Amino acid sequence: MEGSLNVIGYGLATLGPGVGLGLLISKALESMARQPEAAGMLRTTMFIGIAVIEALALLGFVLAFAI
Amino acid sequence: MTHVLAAAKWGGEFDGVLQPINALFDFPAIFEFPLFRLDLMINRTILIAWLMTAIVMIVFIVGLGNPKVVPGKLQAFLEMIVEFNRTIAMEIIGPKGAKFVPLLTTFFVSIFALNVAKITPFVMLPPTSRAAWPLFLAMISWVVYIGVGIKEQGFFGYFGGLAFPPGVPKPLYIILTPIELVSSLILRPFTLAVRLFANMAAGHILVVITLVSIHIFLPSFPFGWMIGVAALIASPLVFAFEFFIIALQAYIFTMLTAVYISSSMEAHH
Repeated sequence: MEGSLNVIGYGLATLGPGVGLGLLISKALESMARQPEAAGMLRTTMFIGIAVIEALALLGFVLAFAI
Repeated sequence: MTHVLAAAKWGGEFDGVLQPINALFDFPAIFEFPLFRLDLMINRTILIAWLMTAIVMIVFIVGLGNPKVVPGKLQAFLEMIVEFNRTIAMEIIGPKGAKFVPLLTTFFVSIFALNVAKITPFVMLPPTSRAAWPLFLAMISWVVYIGVGIKEQGFFGYFGGLAFPPGVPKPLYIILTPIELVSSLILRPFTLAVRLFANMAAGHILVVITLVSIHIFLPSFPFGWMIGVAALIASPLVFAFEFFIIALQAYIFTMLTAVYISSSMEAHH
């Protein structure tokens, strides 16, 4: 069997951001369902949060090729 | 890529062009002009970038160069895009955001156009999947938000506010000051650039793997064609997903620039 350990490392690096995205989006959906009038502001904030969390997974992706 | 290469070895017609992953992003130079130590060149990537930029410029000049009171279809569409960016600026930056609408619109439209080259037939390569392009865009954003901070709060006001956020016990500054400085002066532009670059590079690899799988597996017997059919069915879904990612990345880049500008507008409290 041949391959690179970097790929396994990238797989592990997706776990944390995956959990984080799940928590973030579920909470955002919950609060949108409770207060539909605040949905616009919540959606904007949710996308900012998604962008910040996603950066972690993408760092793993980039470093898997870089190192 | 190894499974694709294995498939090329065991069945199907494929001459194994895709050696390392870099073959997807590196293209030979059409025209080279070495300048001092820099090996500047014109290759396929920069030609695609010029093409997309030219298309955007022509569409905007035709649509908004001669605006009418009752807008036509194209003008209404372009006004909708500008209005969208204006909403972002007004919601996030506040009433002072009006003067940043041109910058944000430029970011949104140019990133969207460059990204959309990824799923345009006969082009199929986003210039933003080379790290230089997102890095340059992120540097523009960096210069703008630091410039706004210095202009609004003064040099010492802005950097002092960044380094020593008020309302913290004094000994904590030993830990907090380096973290704050690094996160707001280095990590912000770095993550802006890496987010766009990595999304586009990953999306390009995904599209290539889907299309190459169809190409390899569909004519292979006795079992390989099933994978080919599965990839054929999956390919429109992949393209739709990539279109969603393209729009989302353009939106997120624009919005985070607005967030950074608004954070340097007002002093910490």
